[in-house]
Amino acid sequence: MATNVVERNLAGVEDPFAGVDFSHLERSLRRPRTLIDALLNLATAALTMLALVPLFSVVVMLLWRGGKRLSIAALTSLPPGPLEAGGGFGNAIVGTTVMVAVAILFSVPFGILTAVYLAQSNNKVAEVVRFCAKLLTGFPSILAGVFAYGAVVLATGGFSSLAGAVALSVLMLPTVILTSEDAIRMVPSRMKEAAIGMGATTAQTVWMVLLPTAIPGILTGVMLAVARAAGETAPLIFTALFSNYWLWQHGQMKLMQPTASLAVLIYNFAGMPFKNQVELAWAAALVLVLMVLCANLAGQALSARQVQR
Amino acid sequence: MSSAAPVAEFPTSSPLFDARAGEVTQAPSRGQRIFDAVFRKTCHTFAWLTILLVGFIVARITAAAIPAIHTLGLGFVTGRVWDANAGTYGILAQIWGTIYTSVLALMLGSIFGVAAAIFLSEGFLSAAVFGALKKFNLHLKPVTLRLPDQLERLLKELIELLAAIPSVVYGLWGIFVVIPLIRPWCNWLHAQMGWVPFFSTDLSGPGVLPAVLVLAIMILPTVTAISRDALVSVPPKIRMAAYGLGATRWESLFAVILPAASRGIFGGIVLAFGRALGETMALAMLVGNSNQIKLSLFSPANTLAALLANNFPEAGPKEVGILMYAALVLLAITLVVNVAGAFILHRAALMQSE
Repeated sequence: MATNVVERNLAGVEDPFAGVDFSHLERSLRRPRTLIDALLNLATAALTMLALVPLFSVVVMLLWRGGKRLSIAALTSLPPGPLEAGGGFGNAIVGTTVMVAVAILFSVPFGILTAVYLAQSNNKVAEVVRFCAKLLTGFPSILAGVFAYGAVVLATGGFSSLAGAVALSVLMLPTVILTSEDAIRMVPSRMKEAAIGMGATTAQTVWMVLLPTAIPGILTGVMLAVARAAGETAPLIFTALFSNYWLWQHGQMKLMQPTASLAVLIYNFAGMPFKNQVELAWAAALVLVLMVLCANLAGQALSARQVQR
Repeated sequence: MSSAAPVAEFPTSSPLFDARAGEVTQAPSRGQRIFDAVFRKTCHTFAWLTILLVGFIVARITAAAIPAIHTLGLGFVTGRVWDANAGTYGILAQIWGTIYTSVLALMLGSIFGVAAAIFLSEGFLSAAVFGALKKFNLHLKPVTLRLPDQLERLLKELIELLAAIPSVVYGLWGIFVVIPLIRPWCNWLHAQMGWVPFFSTDLSGPGVLPAVLVLAIMILPTVTAISRDALVSVPPKIRMAAYGLGATRWESLFAVILPAASRGIFGGIVLAFGRALGETMALAMLVGNSNQIKLSLFSPANTLAALLANNFPEAGPKEVGILMYAALVLLAITLVVNVAGAFILHRAALMQSE
């Protein structure tokens, strides 16, 4: 720029900007508006970093304090009594897995069939259903527990893993419905129209075209719902309660008995004054977070596959 | 949807189609048509079941609460004492604790969350990276060109993954990391400035402040994710126009971008408020479970959800009814907040599509 100006002046051409002071157009920190801008930039960066510190501190503490106590024995043995050394949370891992699996059995068929209806209709009913599903997403998880307590525990006369699974499926249902509906709607309409044009019935279109194409998106939703349900504590404390024994006893599943779960184990052990239990709570927290993250990452990998299609 | 009817009337008997009718093409068989009808009815039924489920949940909780509503009346909501032995039940202290902790956590969480959303959507990282590269006289290569964007996306996904950490884990972290960390500072504040109502007690373990801090961290990913979506979806034309007029980054943010994204951000904050109100475990572990109404940040308190979590496992038949009444109050509060949030987000989406 500067060389340009010099050349032109040498050539004898009149500089049109002669006498114009450009310095006040330059960005300078002396000016209040740039100063405020820089300060706000700094403040935003500082706030963001400050927000990230505790978030990553959670992860570091989990790895450090949980990793210390994690062992094969901890993963496979029963919870210890007070002042007892060793022990683990094997029955809690089984309990969480079984309850989430039963909750999947309840909520996934229910959710997908509802989503199939929603994806194909735009009437008042569909709108109300969608509104209900959105309401359920913001539903406090403890109220799902209260509902399962009223509907299952009081009806069957005792705490059971079935009641826990019902509570979890209430929490999973809205995620399954809303993500499945999105996934089905994402199927290119020409595929659906081609099926209808060939004379397929609605059921055939859904089973042979829509669902197979939308399955990665639906599975993403299911994995997200699983990730949420596996970590839930509040709906389980007074539906599945806790147990110090295996779910599988004398060759049969005790689905109607109180059942241990990782989340409730962490809650119970965190409040105990014994060092062994607190250490186990951290190890269980690490296992639980790893399970939840695996479900989440699996869901994201599936949704990445859907985009590529 | 109405495909079954025309297919059924397809003129298969016409000589034109006679040659290979039934070999290559065929009308849906009776079984297929019945399956179709049954399948469609099933889907319809399950859609209705979703509505019924929500109705059933509300009805079940209400029905179980009715005896308690009759005996306790509205005094339940205005009473401050919860004493099972004396038979007096009141949940004003719990309602106060629920709203007090949620509002404080929401203030903290939304300041930090919106700041993080701005940081992740307004090109802060790329400005910093390119500034640093310029300092070292490095030229932009295709690799470095995409670096800030990828870093931004990575940070955003990390924050969203952190939303998936179960609340009981945050509670555990709060008990063993946050409380020991802040306790000396809080007690120093109480000793120095005990006359300020917020510092009028000392922190002897669980209390409002640790609960608020952990709750704020828990709602931060929600606020950040929704606010970032709102900021990113502001039309680039508007942003460019502001910069083209010579506005600095914050002038364009305050005058143009934030107002355009405000409904989305506000809706996100309201949804985060709903989540904070219904949050149970972290609060049950950190808030101290003591039924009192105090302004002090360091005194223990209680919340509705924590009350339910602590009392349900050992509740007798009479207490269950009373707890159901408390659950109904919590349901009413969260329902109002969530409906308001969904409504605001819906309006924001409409505004942006216009």
